[in-house]
Amino acid sequence: MKVESHLLLFMASFGAVIALIYWFFSYDDGGTAMLTAFALLGLLPGGYYFWWSRRMAPRPEDRPEAKQSDGAGVVGAFPGSSIWPFVLGLGAAMTALALVFGFWSAIFGLTLAVSAVIGVIVESRRGGAY
Amino acid sequence: MTLLAERPSPLSHPEEPEHGHEPSGVLNWLTSTDHKVIGKSYTITSLVFFCLAGVMAVVIRTQLASPDGTIVSQHTYNELFTMHGSLMLYLFAGPFAFGGLANYIVPLQVGAPDMAFPRLNALSYWLYLTGGLTMIAGFLTVGGAADFGWVAYAPLSNAVNSPGAGPDMWIVALVLTGFSAIFTGVNIVATIFYLRAPGLTMFRLPIFTWNMLVTAILILVAFPVLTAALILLWCDRHLGAHIFTTTGGGVPVLWQNLFWFFGHPEVYILALPYFGMVTDVLATFSRKPVFGYRGMIFATISIGALSTAVWAHHMFTTGVVLLPFFSLMSYLIAVPTGIKFFNWIGTMWRGSLHFTTAMLFAVGFLIVFLFGGVTGVLLAAPPVDFATHNTYFVVAHFHEVLFGSAVFGGFAGLYYWYPKMTGRMLRERLGQASFWFMFIGFWVTFLPQYLLGLHGMPRRIAEYAASEGWTGLNRVSSVGAYLLFISVAIMVVNFYISWRRPIVASGNPWDGQTLEWAAASPPVHHNFTWLPPVRSERPVWDFNHPEHTTQQHRQSDHATDGLVGVATTGFTDTGEESE
Ligand code: HEM
Ligand SMILES: [Cu+2]
Repeated sequence: MKVESHLLLFMASFGAVIALIYWFFSYDDGGTAMLTAFALLGLLPGGYYFWWSRRMAPRPEDRPEAKQSDGAGVVGAFPGSSIWPFVLGLGAAMTALALVFGFWSAIFGLTLAVSAVIGVIVESRRGGAY
Repeated sequence: MTLLAERPSPLSHPEEPEHGHEPSGVLNWLTSTDHKVIGKSYTITSLVFFCLAGVMAVVIRTQLASPDGTIVSQHTYNELFTMHGSLMLYLFAGPFAFGGLANYIVPLQVGAPDMAFPRLNALSYWLYLTGGLTMIAGFLTVGGAADFGWVAYAPLSNAVNSPGAGPDMWIVALVLTGFSAIFTGVNIVATIFYLRAPGLTMFRLPIFTWNMLVTAILILVAFPVLTAALILLWCDRHLGAHIFTTTGGGVPVLWQNLFWFFGHPEVYILALPYFGMVTDVLATFSRKPVFGYRGMIFATISIGALSTAVWAHHMFTTGVVLLPFFSLMSYLIAVPTGIKFFNWIGTMWRGSLHFTTAMLFAVGFLIVFLFGGVTGVLLAAPPVDFATHNTYFVVAHFHEVLFGSAVFGGFAGLYYWYPKMTGRMLRERLGQASFWFMFIGFWVTFLPQYLLGLHGMPRRIAEYAASEGWTGLNRVSSVGAYLLFISVAIMVVNFYISWRRPIVASGNPWDGQTLEWAAASPPVHHNFTWLPPVRSERPVWDFNHPEHTTQQHRQSDHATDGLVGVATTGFTDTGEESE
């Protein structure tokens, strides 16, 4: 977890330094705002990982000497086939197309999207994970 | 149905667990959350978009083959180059890398059973597909497709200059594919951070995976800005918002600022994955570890970071940007890129080179991209940029970079991993033929365009007068485009043959080095039945060649590499990670 957090924190500090330099050379709000957002984007998860990396023991994937058997067992629960991502994608697309074709498209789209969300929840309950 | 994925232990070879009724055929395509199925769908879809955009390019070149071309009208021509650029960049070069090959290969390279968020992954694909179809469907509208170039500069893209549904569909398409890219980015980061195999520390990840990690971070930085800018553009077009108009207090150049804050990282989002593919291909077919492994990683990280701070070099000629700052930053990027080149050569240096098709494409990439890089450094000098802005010099330059990475690099990756993805080999002779057609065709197409640019031919023009003296070079360039067309056709034939008359590929046909080659071809459900111990960045090689492991290689390397070794010890990985 250490290297991961260092990577993100490096990105954050680079963004912060550049934002400062850029601001004092240009006084351009737009660019400075975007650079600041970049810095925050690295800081938030990077800080979180850093905080954790100091409180948890290294995972098998952080230890150069780890054996495969150290990680044996359940890795996680992975969903099987599901139609709902497709329905949600279609719904989102139709909702977005309302920007071109008008409001009616969003009605269909949102209906699909909402049923997809319900569908996923029901499916996950039945599958027993999440 | 939810499945529990177990990590295989090295001692047991568990039977593939029974997972009941996974659907097949079209239903499988619609419902699968398996990264392998999604990765393949992405790969095929993006290659279809590549072919469509290629056909548009051929029409463009045919139009320009003679002065006063009459194949298409000026209006159609504008639609064609806009859609050619948009399809190539937004629907091919990016998604082919991070949705297609990375989706398939990254979980395998880190030894994971799937992507971290499989359903989100499926959603990404559907957003990408619907977005792509929306963009193409613009051609069917009354006013035609978007015609303001792939950068949609204000005020050209406003409701007065570009009315109609086509441009709106272009905007919606980019919002959809933008979200799909963001979701894929999240997925890649989470997969690399959380699903690595035991012993696979960050500094043992294959370079392709490292590059995809940095790419994914760049996606998360850049794409939200594009999405926001597009929404603002839509508000301008339909709600009279005047954000990018001069009337009503807006600032047209703000669009350029927002767009290029996305656009330049995007250029590296389109390049870094391909750098990674080429690195892995060069190492495998030189039978050596990546030279200067850590240097490679730090170069990738610095390219990624710097690419967020150079956006306005696309706006030099607007006269409102900070020239010295952006010019300096652009030069700085050349340094890590140079390190990469040095290490690529170092990887091949005294290796036992195997010139398979994948390797040929990788070497082709090196040559083409080097040229593009050199002309890019020229363009980063404001005086040169002022002279050549908006001429064919720029067209030639960015094709050298984009075509070099996405097509030469991408096909290197495709030929390399095709056996893994399909369980079949491609025919080498056809592959090599398609390479040579492409390599020669490429130079025939784009070298004349440099000269045309120096002779002052502007880009985005549908016709020119015979008296300008540009006809000859344009003819040559068009012939080159036909050669490129033939090359792609040969490749399609190659796919077709491997489909109808398969030659079965083993799990590790290339004597590969990284974890994906420990899985079957194609991998079973949840990928691995067995994983070798991970003791270096090439676990599969170490396992197959105990007489010459990576650590032994390093020791002898340092003793004998003389000048090259000394010059780069700062960059070479000298052993274990110090965490
Ligand atoms: C198949 C071979 C290709 C040929 C023959 C070709 C040809 C062309 C030509 C002639 C133009 C200039 C049109 C004009 O300015 O009037 C153009 C524009 C462009 N091409 Fe290509 N191209 C090819 C492949 C690619 C690839 C692989 C990419 C990117 C991955 C790409 C990206 C672009 C972009 C971004 C533009 C600028 C569009 C604009 O001005 O808005 N092209 N291409
Ligand atoms: Cu740029």
